[in-house]
Amino acid sequence: MYSKGKEKTWSFFVLLCGLLMIALPIAIGIFLAIKGNALFYQYHHSLGEFLFTTTWKLKDDLVGGGKGGAAVFIVGSLIVCGLALLIAVPFSLAAAIFMTEIAPKWGTKVLRPAVEIFVGIPSVVYGWIGMTVLVPFLQNLFHLKTGRSVLAGGIVLAVMIFPSITTVAADAIRAVPVQARMAAYGLGATRWQVTHQIVMPAAQTSVLTGVILGLARAFGEALAVAMVIGKTPAFPKSIFGQTATMTTVIASRMAELMEGSEAKAGLWTIAFVLYLISLFFILLIHIIAAKGAKKNK
Amino acid sequence: MNFKKIAALTLVGTMAMSMTAFAEADLSKLSGDVSCTGSSALQPLVQAAADKFAEVAPGVNITVDAGGSGQGLQNVSDGTSTVGNSDVFAEEKLDPDKAAELVDHQVCAIGMAVVVSQDVADGGVKSLTSDQLVSIFTGETTNWKDVGGPDEEITLVLRPEGSGTRATFEKYALGGAEEAGEAMENDNSAELQKALQDTNGSVGYLALSYILPDEAQDAMQGIATIAIDDVEPTLENIYNGTYNVWAFEHMYTKGEADEATQAFIDYITGDFSDDVESLGYAVSSKLTKTDGHTGETEAAEDATEAQ
Repeated sequence: MYSKGKEKTWSFFVLLCGLLMIALPIAIGIFLAIKGNALFYQYHHSLGEFLFTTTWKLKDDLVGGGKGGAAVFIVGSLIVCGLALLIAVPFSLAAAIFMTEIAPKWGTKVLRPAVEIFVGIPSVVYGWIGMTVLVPFLQNLFHLKTGRSVLAGGIVLAVMIFPSITTVAADAIRAVPVQARMAAYGLGATRWQVTHQIVMPAAQTSVLTGVILGLARAFGEALAVAMVIGKTPAFPKSIFGQTATMTTVIASRMAELMEGSEAKAGLWTIAFVLYLISLFFILLIHIIAAKGAKKNK
Repeated sequence: MNFKKIAALTLVGTMAMSMTAFAEADLSKLSGDVSCTGSSALQPLVQAAADKFAEVAPGVNITVDAGGSGQGLQNVSDGTSTVGNSDVFAEEKLDPDKAAELVDHQVCAIGMAVVVSQDVADGGVKSLTSDQLVSIFTGETTNWKDVGGPDEEITLVLRPEGSGTRATFEKYALGGAEEAGEAMENDNSAELQKALQDTNGSVGYLALSYILPDEAQDAMQGIATIAIDDVEPTLENIYNGTYNVWAFEHMYTKGEADEATQAFIDYITGDFSDDVESLGYAVSSKLTKTDGHTGETEAAEDATEAQ
C-alpha cells in the first residue's frame, strides 16, 4: 500500500546511511591527523626526521627526547609490496587469460570458485601457514640462519593479492566486446595474437585498476606479513634479510605502549601515513579509470 | 588470682580464635570488583591467583588484562582500573606527583635469563661475562666465535621498546646499555621463544616464568639458558643474591587498597606463595640482597654508598 510517509521515512533512512558512509572515513582521517600530529607538535620532531632518518627509538614516557625516523618502515613496505606485485601479477594475468580465453567453460565452473575461495581465507591463516610451512622450507632450501625474510613476506603477500587481481583482470577481459575478437580472427590472427594485441590493450585500464587494488591490499596487510618477515627495524641486506614494514611496527608495538607517550605518538603518525597512502591509491584508480574512459570515447 | 588469670587468658584465646574464624568467614562474604591491568610478565601469576582466589572468595570478581606496565600505571592513576601491574617503579613512567598518589605492593620478583638456540649452546657457549653480554646485545660482537662459540653470525631476538621484560634486562643485565636496533623484535615472550627455536645462532632473554614451570618445557625444546659470570639463572641464586637480573613485580593501587583488593594482594603474598615458585616467580620474603632493586633515586643510592 503506497504511503507517502513510508516513502519519506525510507528515503531519509537511506540518506542517513549514505551520509554516514561519507562521514566515517572523513572522521577517521581527522582523528588520525590529530593523533598523528602529536609527534610533531607535542614532541617536537621534524617531518624530515620522520621521513628520511632510519633510527626509530622513541621513548615510552610523556617526556620524549628519542629519535623518530620511519624511513626503514616506509622502504620496507615498498620493498615487500613491490616484490609481491612482481610475483603475483604474471600469475594473475596468466590465470585470468586462461579462465577467459583458453578454457572458458572450465574457467567459470572450477577456476572461478577456486579463486573466490582464496579471497575468503583470513589473513591470519595465510600468516600461520607461512610461518609454519614456508619459513622452515626457505630456511632449509637456501641454508639461511632463518627463513623469516623479505622473500617469505613477498610470497605470502603475493598469494594473498593473487585472487583479487585475477578476479578483476578476468572480468576486464570478459568485458572486451566479442566483435573485436571475431574481427581479428577473421583477419587470420592466431589466438595468442588476439589475446596479446587486441584483448589485453582493450582491458588495460581495468587490469591496471585491479593491480592497484592488489597493491593497496598488500600495503595494508599487517598480521600475515608480521609473522614471516622477522620484524627487524633495519634495512634488509638482501632478499633473504629481515626488515619491518609500517603495518608490522604498528601491530607489534601498539599493545605495550603508554597512551600519549612519544613512542605511541610515533605509531599514530605512521598510521596516518598509511591512511594517506590508501587515499592516494584510490585517487590513482580514479585517475586511471577516467583516462581510460576518455580514451575509449 | 591464678584462677582469674587462667580465665582471662582463656577468654582472650577464645576471642582471638573467634576473630580468625570471623576473618575467614569474611573472605567468603567479601564482595567487590577488582580490575588489574598492566604488565604481561606478571599477568600469568595474577591470573592464576585470581582463579584460585575465586574459590575462597567467590563474591570478589577479578579481571586481569595485559597492555604493558606503562598502560597499567596510567590506568590505575586515572582510575580506569583498580590495580596497576607493573614491572617497573611508577616513578619511571609517571610524573612524580602522579606516582606519589600510588601505593606500591611488591608481590613477588621475576628473574630473567639469557637464552640461546641449541646450536650455540652445543657449540661451547655455557656462560657469558657481563661485558660480553653488553657487547653482544649492543651489536658490537657479531660472531659467536668471538665469545668461545661456533663460527656463526649472532642474531639478536628481542622485545620492542615499552616491554617491561626488555627494560628489566637492559637495567640489570646490560647495566643500562641500549640494545642494538638491528634485531628481530617479538610481540610477546611466547613468540620470542619460538623465534629462538627457529633461528640458528640466536640469543635473547626470557622471564623465568617462561623457562622453569613444567608447562614451559615443551617451549624450551631446542633452546638453552646461559649462565652470567658463571652464575646459573635459578631461583636459589636469586634468593642468595648471586644472580642479579631480576626485578620486583608491583601491583599499584591509588591510595590504600580497598578491602577486596587488599585481601587479594594478601592472598598472593600469603596462601598463594607456594604456587608462586612453581610458576617461575620468586617469593619476595626469601630475597636476601635487594640493593639496586629497591627503586631509591640515584642520588639517595650514591649517598648511602658514600657513607
